[in-house]
Amino acid sequence: MGVADITFYAFAATLLTAGFLVTVSRNPVHSVLWLILTFLSAAGMFVLLGAEFIAMLLIIVYVGAVAVLFLFVVMMLDIDFAALRGEMARYFPIASIIGIVLLMQMALLFGSWQEAEVARDLRQAPTPDLNEVHNTKALGMIIYDQYFLLFQVAGLILLVAMIGAIVLTLRHRKDVKRQNVVAQMHRDPAKAMELKDVKPGQGLG
Amino acid sequence: MVGLEHYLTVAAALFVIGIFGIFLNRKNIIIILMSIELMLLSVNINLIAFSHFLNDLVGQVFTMFVLTVAAAEAAIGLAILVCFFRNRGTIDVEDVNVMKG
Repeated sequence: MGVADITFYAFAATLLTAGFLVTVSRNPVHSVLWLILTFLSAAGMFVLLGAEFIAMLLIIVYVGAVAVLFLFVVMMLDIDFAALRGEMARYFPIASIIGIVLLMQMALLFGSWQEAEVARDLRQAPTPDLNEVHNTKALGMIIYDQYFLLFQVAGLILLVAMIGAIVLTLRHRKDVKRQNVVAQMHRDPAKAMELKDVKPGQGLG
Repeated sequence: MVGLEHYLTVAAALFVIGIFGIFLNRKNIIIILMSIELMLLSVNINLIAFSHFLNDLVGQVFTMFVLTVAAAEAAIGLAILVCFFRNRGTIDVEDVNVMKG
């Protein structure tokens, strides 16, 4: 058993343990922290598989953005998590049964699975030799060439998600004074102020 | 020697953990969203493992697209969650009946 194998088993064990603790931990903040550990070990496995770019992307996107987003929401919302957790014991048997059944189905599938002989002939983009082109460059050459349209659509999905998230969470409070930029720009300085010559002892009335 | 089967087993176990989490935390929608992230991660592990053992880069390209969709889904899901919590004061899934669907 080489170093790479031991590393794989370490990452796999961490991944599964942390993944399980995400679902069963008592505090949602702890769940998010276990989720971060899960993503980090998955990134380690991706490095073992030679997909360095995706591994770094996983750390940046998931740990840096998604997990922090979860953390913000968990901490910002004032939720009584104890009340939500009370039912957990009730759902444990059905959840275990479904999990075990699914696992057995996958094992059955796995037992009868074999690689097709033509699988290697059906490759769309064979990985170039690592000595010539490294992973990131090879990936970029495919994305910006064969999958350019899909790449653009992925960007569009992110744009729509961003606009959607802003629109969903934006709210205008009634009792807060706001700046009206258009009204400010179109105000006439000549009408803004009027000089009155007030006679002594008479007032404006 | 660690082969494709090992990675597929890990991915399958992670997927089942994700499903288990959804059923276990029926009330807490935040943990449900995290379980969905776990399931998408297991799909990514599958894609990368096949990409490595078949020497095909397309698996990694598709992983990126799955990642994009997962990030967008998390953002929208949490936005809906915040919006729902403002209106109802709870995140219990069983209370989600505003639309009477």
